[in-house]
Amino acid sequence: MLSGYGTADSADPVLSVTGLGLAYGDAIALTEASLTVLPGATTTVLGANGAGKTSLIRAIAGILTPRCGRVRFQGEDITGLPSHKICERGIGHVAEGRQIFGGLSVRENLDLGASLKRARRHRHDSLAYVLDLFPRLHERLTQTAGTLSGGEQQMLAIGRCLMARPSLILLDEPSQGLAPTLVRDLFAILARLKARNMPLVLVEQNVQASLALADHGYVLENGRVVLAGSAADLTDNMEIRRAYLGL
Amino acid sequence: MSTTPLRPHGWLLAAILLGLLLAAPRFLDPYQLSVLTLALWFAYVGQAWNLMMGFAGQLSLGHALYVGLGGYAAAALYVHFGVGPWFGMLLAVAVAAVVGAVIGALGFRFGVRGVYFALLTIAFAEFTRIAFDHWDWLGGSGGLFLPVVHEASNDLWTLRGEPALYYYVMLAMTVLALLLVSVLLRSRLGYYWLAVREDQDAAAAAGVNVFRTKLSAVVLSGAMTAPGGVIFAFMHNNLFPEEIFSMARSIEIIIPPIVGGLGTLFGPIVGAFILTPFGEAVSLALDQAGLSLPGLKQFLYGLALMVIIIWMPHGIWPWLARRLGLFGRPGHGGGGEKAP
Repeated sequence: MLSGYGTADSADPVLSVTGLGLAYGDAIALTEASLTVLPGATTTVLGANGAGKTSLIRAIAGILTPRCGRVRFQGEDITGLPSHKICERGIGHVAEGRQIFGGLSVRENLDLGASLKRARRHRHDSLAYVLDLFPRLHERLTQTAGTLSGGEQQMLAIGRCLMARPSLILLDEPSQGLAPTLVRDLFAILARLKARNMPLVLVEQNVQASLALADHGYVLENGRVVLAGSAADLTDNMEIRRAYLGL
Repeated sequence: MSTTPLRPHGWLLAAILLGLLLAAPRFLDPYQLSVLTLALWFAYVGQAWNLMMGFAGQLSLGHALYVGLGGYAAAALYVHFGVGPWFGMLLAVAVAAVVGAVIGALGFRFGVRGVYFALLTIAFAEFTRIAFDHWDWLGGSGGLFLPVVHEASNDLWTLRGEPALYYYVMLAMTVLALLLVSVLLRSRLGYYWLAVREDQDAAAAAGVNVFRTKLSAVVLSGAMTAPGGVIFAFMHNNLFPEEIFSMARSIEIIIPPIVGGLGTLFGPIVGAFILTPFGEAVSLALDQAGLSLPGLKQFLYGLALMVIIIWMPHGIWPWLARRLGLFGRPGHGGGGEKAP
């Protein structure tokens, strides 16, 4: 266990979302959604398909503009900023379905992750860090990213996100479409990031694995947060077990 | 990075081809030279269009707009104020850049993407065509004519002279365009274009300012296209809105780079050098055979396009380059060889 953890509850939140409302035309996607991420902590967002998980992530990442509510990151209001600005502030986003640049090489994908001025300065260190975390990518640096396996593409997506040197990472269903052994590998990697004190916001269908990794959890239903609490409490909660864990 | 380097024998081949092109006027008759000049013209304009579509992934179906604006800007300066074509080219480039910026800003600010953006480019070309039809100062629909002079004297400064002059000017412009685009592709901006082409949302998430990146592609592509229009005006000595801004011209411009290899540096050149002479050869052959069925030439041309696209879906150049082993690592190479 890392030392900082016990005091996490008393620390200022890295990210706080309050009263977020979002709609696609008339279809309401989020209603008064709130969420807090503490330093070094992993927060998981659970819910059925269409509950608003991806909308929440996309609103934080600046891809969608919320109708109301506030997003504060490291004490500053970032509500409604465009996504490249939010990336500049230090929020990394690993989007659903691994949006890698399929026609470019692995190396080019990683270089593009370090587009920002601040990240560019450190790009050699970042590259070393990423390749240390994903030795597999090292072997494939010159390969066209589109020819990587699903698991490797997911590693590349996470690696590219790390190249921007984020202080928080949003992960939207990273285990989607991966074989069970690769899912295990993926969660091992996320655990390593967590061990390096990287705050994570994890949207997942794989409830068991994400609650095992997370410190806190939120359950969304029809765009509302219906349950929130420590991961341990949520794991014990009968309602959750019935509705999402199928236990 | 984004362009895989040529192997030594690739450079040798390029040098031989360039040498042949430089010597061509000595061996070709004026007609053949005019065909080759036309091929260079399409290679040049195709390169400019390919910058926007092939590398930045933004489809323009109205590139005749920039050709026309370029042509009219320089021709108007020459006809009305006696200003030479090279100064005219500066105005042409500026006008095209501004118009490109307006179209890009309008489209991208309001999130117009993909085919809808392409529709916007058509709309602008059409509006402009109609406006020029009614602009009497520029000749309206009756056309704008440049004074014709004797071909005996070659004057590079005023671009008046015999076919070889235009041929060499187009050759220089095509080589310059190739160099410019290859430098741009190696730059940070070039990387951003490829990233936006591959996945706009992912590029934004990686910190790329997508709006600015796309806008720069439209502005540069439009600005690069305009000098093509200037040469067109001074070569043909006349401009008609119906013709220069036509949809047909916009389509004609985009076929060589697509057939040659979208998103490749040499694709537009290879495409133009195959398609232009082929089109001419078909016309000639049909004339000699006494077949003057209307539309038969277009039919045969279309048939050839279909065969090429079915056979080589990524275009002629990637296939050719692989066959000749021109690149270090066949099959790989970002902007160098890859079609999106």
